[in-house]
Amino acid sequence: MASSFTRVISGRNTAVMLAMGAGTLTSGYLLSNSTEAAERRKCYPPSADFPDLRKHNNCMASALTPSIYARLKDKSTPNNWTLDQCIQTGVDNPGHPFIKTVGMVAGDEETYEVFAELFDPVIKDRHNGYDPRTMKHPTDLDASKITSGFFDERYVLSSRVRTGRSIRGLSLPPACTRAERREVERVVVTALAGLKGDLAGRYYSLGEMTEREQQQLIDEHFLFDKPVSPLLTAAGMARDWPDARGIWHNNEKNFLIWINEEDHTRIISMEKGGNMKRVFERFCRGLKQVEHLIQERGWEFMWNERLGYVLTCPSNLGTGLRAGVHVRLPLLNKDPRFKKILDNLRLQKRGTGGVDTAATGDIFDISNLDRLGKSEVELVQLVIDGVNYLIECEKRLERGQDIKIPSPVPQFRK
Amino acid sequence: MPFGNTHNQMKMKYSSEQEYPDLSKHNNHMAKILTPAMYERLRSKQTPSGFTLDDVIQTGVDNPGHPFIMTVGCVAGDEETYEVFKELLDPVIEDRHGGYKPTDKHKTDLNADNLKGGDDLDPNYVLSSRVRTGRSIRSFSLPPHCSRGERRAVEKLSIEALASLSGDLKGKYYALKNMTEAEQQQLIDDHFLFDKPVSPLLLASGMARDWPDARGIWHNDNKTFLVWVNEEDHLRVISMQKGGNMKEVFTRFCTGLTKIESLFKDRGHEFMWSEHLGYILTCPSNLGTGLRAGVHVKLPNMSKHAKFEEVLKKLRLQKRGTGGVDTAAVGGVFDISNADRLGFSEVELVQMVVDGVRLLVDMEKRLEKGQSIDDLMPAQK
Repeated sequence: MASSFTRVISGRNTAVMLAMGAGTLTSGYLLSNSTEAAERRKCYPPSADFPDLRKHNNCMASALTPSIYARLKDKSTPNNWTLDQCIQTGVDNPGHPFIKTVGMVAGDEETYEVFAELFDPVIKDRHNGYDPRTMKHPTDLDASKITSGFFDERYVLSSRVRTGRSIRGLSLPPACTRAERREVERVVVTALAGLKGDLAGRYYSLGEMTEREQQQLIDEHFLFDKPVSPLLTAAGMARDWPDARGIWHNNEKNFLIWINEEDHTRIISMEKGGNMKRVFERFCRGLKQVEHLIQERGWEFMWNERLGYVLTCPSNLGTGLRAGVHVRLPLLNKDPRFKKILDNLRLQKRGTGGVDTAATGDIFDISNLDRLGKSEVELVQLVIDGVNYLIECEKRLERGQDIKIPSPVPQFRK
Repeated sequence: MPFGNTHNQMKMKYSSEQEYPDLSKHNNHMAKILTPAMYERLRSKQTPSGFTLDDVIQTGVDNPGHPFIMTVGCVAGDEETYEVFKELLDPVIEDRHGGYKPTDKHKTDLNADNLKGGDDLDPNYVLSSRVRTGRSIRSFSLPPHCSRGERRAVEKLSIEALASLSGDLKGKYYALKNMTEAEQQQLIDDHFLFDKPVSPLLLASGMARDWPDARGIWHNDNKTFLVWVNEEDHLRVISMQKGGNMKEVFTRFCTGLTKIESLFKDRGHEFMWSEHLGYILTCPSNLGTGLRAGVHVKLPNMSKHAKFEEVLKKLRLQKRGTGGVDTAAVGGVFDISNADRLGFSEVELVQMVVDGVRLLVDMEKRLEKGQSIDDLMPAQK
């Protein structure tokens, strides 16, 4: 029975079924129809399963072709993550005519290799031509290299840097089992308990926090909720909520870590005011210490030369870094050249509620557009220089002077 | 759906306790029945199409439930799920279906002639009558687990079979992804159109994947017989009309279903059915007949009576708002339907509805006249 069965099923199921043993195979086969069922299921050619992407507008839909699908469909990573699982979120969420979402996620580190034929063009599309086949991503967390990192606080209300890190050897949020997710929580929380001085802090498990703690975290804008975005839920990231999810922050409340939300960890350094240099310095110091603490226990972050830090969404590869400020720019906001200035500075504007929110008053969230192909130091410096330029423009407009659109910031280092 | 579950073997390197879900805040049938020992015994198994225990229970883990409503908390990915995971599903079924035992046999009776009466419910009170059920096509995976290829095959087979219906059952198929704005509006106005599920109970089980691919609605020209393709089940079959002639609704229902079944058989396919579980559907709550026969009925006085709930319980009936499950009644109009699905035949269930609604309307008329209903109180069915 086993041999006739394995003949008709794909590679990943073969390994699984053979490993299961005779006992369970027998109990799984009680009807003569069941072999038939399995045979019929696997008798679908790739064209029968190819998704209908005609109304779709996301990076996955732009890159996926029937022949790529046919070549990759029966592959799987060592954790048995498949192409269909990568692209499910993009199939379920056709996208928006104006916003181009990525439309695929990784289930583990190997996803980016096994399905490189699809991921590489998507990465290139999303990251301005960065070619993982030929280019190397620079990592630089030396905050001492930053210059002029103190903004005029009449304009900049707060400064923030965030990134994500994945724990090598454990599946990512779309794919992880409950045990893996709990292991991520255990590894990270144990490491964070080793932080000292201004970084010493405390962990709040989402499932166990008291009402009071919850309200406190909400008031501080620290608490994250179960994802409602269909982009995330379709990728399976919200399974088993709130099991093994939590928030850690230091006692000074300017260094914060989310555990098991969209990535294994999201690391955030923030403070009121314009001292971006200090924010970044704490960010780098904290990251290095956390990395050291997990290495002591035999763990490391997912990272490679091609892609930098490996995260769930391809849009966050490389540095995974978003450095931004909340800044007042009432006059510049009304100037028709504002968008072009931002474009050339490689900056992005969002509402103060984060991505997809509208700006309230004349206060914006301004941050770097790029993640991959430039180092952390480069990106933060770019934000600093860019925001300083915007503030300069605002001051000039205040004085009735004219402003200039800056020349575009150069792309990748050659 | 294989979220995190196709790598079932990979999971085996973690112990059962490490993988066991935290069900401490949960109130659904699955959470009541599952134990760590059971989890340990079942976690290495999977059905021939690869559906695993974690796949079965994911929706119940993600949706702890409500303190007052007891949801099922598990789904089937294919017919074999009910066998391979019977250690979990039999007690869930027993709990949900009033003590139905693993050794019990379910009887199917789709002969509408066996229904007594039912053609004379007072249309001044009974505004509309409706019977629905579901059917699954044997050898195809169910909505939580099916691939796009399978789902499309189910759609294709269904379209072919339905296209062969004739007479008062002749109709047309509207694929969700191809319908025009005008068609869509018409279907909404007719109360036929179903939408992408938003309930987290359904989403967590993976039923909404690839929406709206291979989903559609078929209805006859008379708009009294309607089939949903690939929503929560492969097929949902609905017979309905205004007024109180439940007999006519049920007759059309049986005729239509029997005809559809033979059309599928002509093409080499049959419905999933077993002696023990009757018709096999995605949710264990819909096993057996999968049948909900109901009416929209005006009961403004009866619904305010202290014994309303008790009467419903004795009659084995259930009340809902006129928007369906989880909605509130509007203007004293209730949706009254059978509470059971398994362990009674289709004819028996519709008979309960017909007899029960007749009694409720009699009670309503008495209360309108200010008379007592004590002598009408029913015994427990």
